[in-house]
Amino acid sequence: MNDASQVAGPHGGEKKLDTRLDTFPKLLLENARRHGDKHAAREKEFGIWQSWTWRQLAKDVRELACGLASLGFQRGDKLAIVGDNRPRLYGAMCAVQSLGGIPVPMYQDSVAEELQFVMDHAEARFAIAEDQEQVDKLLEIKERCPKLQTIIYEDARGMRHYDQAFIFSSKDVQIKGRELDTKRPDFFESEVAKGKGSDVSIILYTSGTTGRPKGVMLTHDNVRITAKNGIQRDGLRQDEEVLAYLPMAWVGDHIFSYGQAYVAGFCVSCPESSDTVMHDLREIGPTYFFAPPRVYENLLTTVMIRMEDASALKRALFHYFMGVAKRIGIPMLDGKPISLGKRLLYGLGTLLVYGPLKNTLGLSRIRIAYTAGEAIGPDIFDFYRSLGVNVKQLYGQTESSVFVTMQPNGEIKPDTVGTPALQVEIKIADNGEVLYRGPGVFHSYYKNPEATAEAKTQDGWVHTGDAGFFDEDGHLKIIDRAKDVGKLNDGTMFAPKYIENKLKFFPQIKEAVAYGNDRDYVGAFINIDLEAVGNWAERHHIPYASYQELATRKEVIDLIHECVEKVNADLAADAKLSGSQIRRFLVLHKELDADDGELTRTRKVRRGFVAERYGKLVDALYSDTNTCAVETEVTFEDGRTGKIKAEVELRNVDVVAPVARAS
Amino acid sequence: MAKGNGSNGRRIAGVLLNVEDVSLSFGGVQALEDVTFNVREGEIRAIIGPNGAGKSSMLNCINGFYHPQGGTITYKGTKRKQMRPHEAAAQGIARTFQNIALFKGMSTLDNIMTGRNLKMRRNFLWQALYIGPARREEMEHRAFVEHIIDFLEIQAIRKQPVGKLPYGLQKRVELGRALAAEPDLLLLDEPMAGMNTEEKEDMCRFILDVNDEFGTTIVLIEHDMGVVMDISDRVVVLDYGKLLADGTPNEVRRNKQVIDAYLGAVHD
Repeated sequence: MNDASQVAGPHGGEKKLDTRLDTFPKLLLENARRHGDKHAAREKEFGIWQSWTWRQLAKDVRELACGLASLGFQRGDKLAIVGDNRPRLYGAMCAVQSLGGIPVPMYQDSVAEELQFVMDHAEARFAIAEDQEQVDKLLEIKERCPKLQTIIYEDARGMRHYDQAFIFSSKDVQIKGRELDTKRPDFFESEVAKGKGSDVSIILYTSGTTGRPKGVMLTHDNVRITAKNGIQRDGLRQDEEVLAYLPMAWVGDHIFSYGQAYVAGFCVSCPESSDTVMHDLREIGPTYFFAPPRVYENLLTTVMIRMEDASALKRALFHYFMGVAKRIGIPMLDGKPISLGKRLLYGLGTLLVYGPLKNTLGLSRIRIAYTAGEAIGPDIFDFYRSLGVNVKQLYGQTESSVFVTMQPNGEIKPDTVGTPALQVEIKIADNGEVLYRGPGVFHSYYKNPEATAEAKTQDGWVHTGDAGFFDEDGHLKIIDRAKDVGKLNDGTMFAPKYIENKLKFFPQIKEAVAYGNDRDYVGAFINIDLEAVGNWAERHHIPYASYQELATRKEVIDLIHECVEKVNADLAADAKLSGSQIRRFLVLHKELDADDGELTRTRKVRRGFVAERYGKLVDALYSDTNTCAVETEVTFEDGRTGKIKAEVELRNVDVVAPVARAS
Repeated sequence: MAKGNGSNGRRIAGVLLNVEDVSLSFGGVQALEDVTFNVREGEIRAIIGPNGAGKSSMLNCINGFYHPQGGTITYKGTKRKQMRPHEAAAQGIARTFQNIALFKGMSTLDNIMTGRNLKMRRNFLWQALYIGPARREEMEHRAFVEHIIDFLEIQAIRKQPVGKLPYGLQKRVELGRALAAEPDLLLLDEPMAGMNTEEKEDMCRFILDVNDEFGTTIVLIEHDMGVVMDISDRVVVLDYGKLLADGTPNEVRRNKQVIDAYLGAVHD
């Protein structure tokens, strides 16, 4: 099973074979031929894991493809997919690709209007929906999507009275397919043979923080070669287990649960429902896993809360061995030499704590776990790594078919995203923006040549919009959106979000706003976290009656002062950023609030607005006063407005001399 | 969601249950007085009325828990007077309760499995041994129960003790247990009491789906008028143990006596 050459053999780098197995339908047929009895997909239904072998999957795909053809599906047609992760929906993707069509997966929790935009823009003539709920959404928008002709559904529940002639169950489509297949037995193979690696294999709509979503077109080659490079780099095998639980419309899921599964030939399991993911995770015990930082964070919180309720003995054991894990586990995972005594102690910890804990979390068998999307707190990252869970970070985009950089085994740092993926080149523009070029670079945005030209240069470099740099070990460090990165007066690079994130990793700090562009030094506004600091205050017998009072207490400011000093020490360790240490800070007397326009509704700080609103405080940051009186208008929850006055203290912070990196 | 009477292909057939002149009293309290109505096969029938109108007593008469002093109840063409609840259950009547009556310490799965009890052919000795036919039988029942779990979308709480579940979910588990008996007639006593709007909507959908997919006849008691008018085919209105009105939701809504009873007009 774990014969690596077997995986690398047929689908590896050889040019000759590449032309033969250059599309996913061809890979499916090859997998069905080579190891037809091996499991390709699983789905938990009626409490039991139902499985498909590669041979069964190929048969389903064949019938569905023929059925689609008999319903008039043409080469180049698009089929929209909306539903939870289901093997049959992944199968539909492949069926569409077999016919030279393009699947367009959509986010299943989108409201009808959002679906309408994608359906309409993609000009999808066909749609496949998981169940009645999704069919209802499609019917709601059908009139406004004139191109949509046929709706197919998977789950027949509640569908008995839908008698519209354009709605079909996927079973019926398969029956039609069987008929066509009997009449024209070589139809399917000839359609598959027509496919080329350079054909567009999928359109993925990026959720787009600004403006309308864009349809990113990826080719079979994009997805397949990137998937293969990822497999080679991480040594993925045929016997990996993965759980497909992130939206099918997201590029990551498409690469991990479709691209890499087909190329490496491993089995993808789909959870019973979105509510049972954590349970199913435990039952499957994946070996290869992806989760955004939020998931790791939630898991950790659950563990901590449950430990609080455990007996004193268990709690003591847990805390003792977690301390051991921090000291020994991380270097051990990185392959550093560890003394025998320490190994034995860690072994005992595995027996008593780490093993059972990992088992409860469903992480026992993890060989490689990834996280990406946003910065992960170093504490969270270290927690999993100290347990021996090989969590790594990667950096990628829809436009790059995911992998731009990834952390190699044994070279893991909490604040970098690793080295360039295989065949990917990276360069840093003068303004600090990261550009990349490689086999995964997208074909173009669908029906949007201006946006394509903006994002992709003639010679294939893609603008990420992110600013970053390489550290001494050649690891890429992403610091901020490129447009937000500025310079101090002395020319030092200033990345506000990077500094703010470092501050926000402290539980006591809820929000931070860093200033420094065109200034002499960096100054920061800090919002304390009422719950964490309030708790701390109670334990230290510090009385307070309101947020404002707590935020202006000397002890609290001392507490925050320590945090800022730690951030400075951290920044000092970084040659490029040590100049942007925080010289002065203040603790805001009021919580930044979306109702006052200081945050966006998604809780992102509106830096410009805050600077304007608290202009007096910003001026104070760049003067030498120690206090500043402010009066701020606030909106209360019932919509009334009022004024709050406060005397805000400003603190100077010592700057740490840049240090040569330890070890 | 809204469903007209006798809509889209549902078949409502002959009379399944006929209640004729039923009277029930506890000492001096007249709980039911000469109540007459019928339930047709395949319909959703609601019983409404103010507190103390005799709604639950009516359900208790139907499933044999109370024995009415007067009148007859005809079920599936057979007249009956005295019947025990387990006999009613054996004849295909299942019910849920106003105050949830689940086994709090048992899991959702086990609770619904208890609903299969009457369908088990092997005696408890076989079941205790759990070999051969008993084992096969248990697996068949488990498969059936899993279909119900899937139908009611409660996979995530399959193994959780029901005592720890929120109220709305407990109600759903109770419905699951009633369904496990594969009833012909399902009696629901205030299936939506104490639920928020979203839970109510879910429950409505499940009731409609049960009726639609399995063709189960449903008699329900409910206080939420919106719900009743939306999902039932016909409505019986009781007040002080007497039949006040009987008809489609629209007819009942326009009935003057009903309006008076609900808006608290003075009885003369």
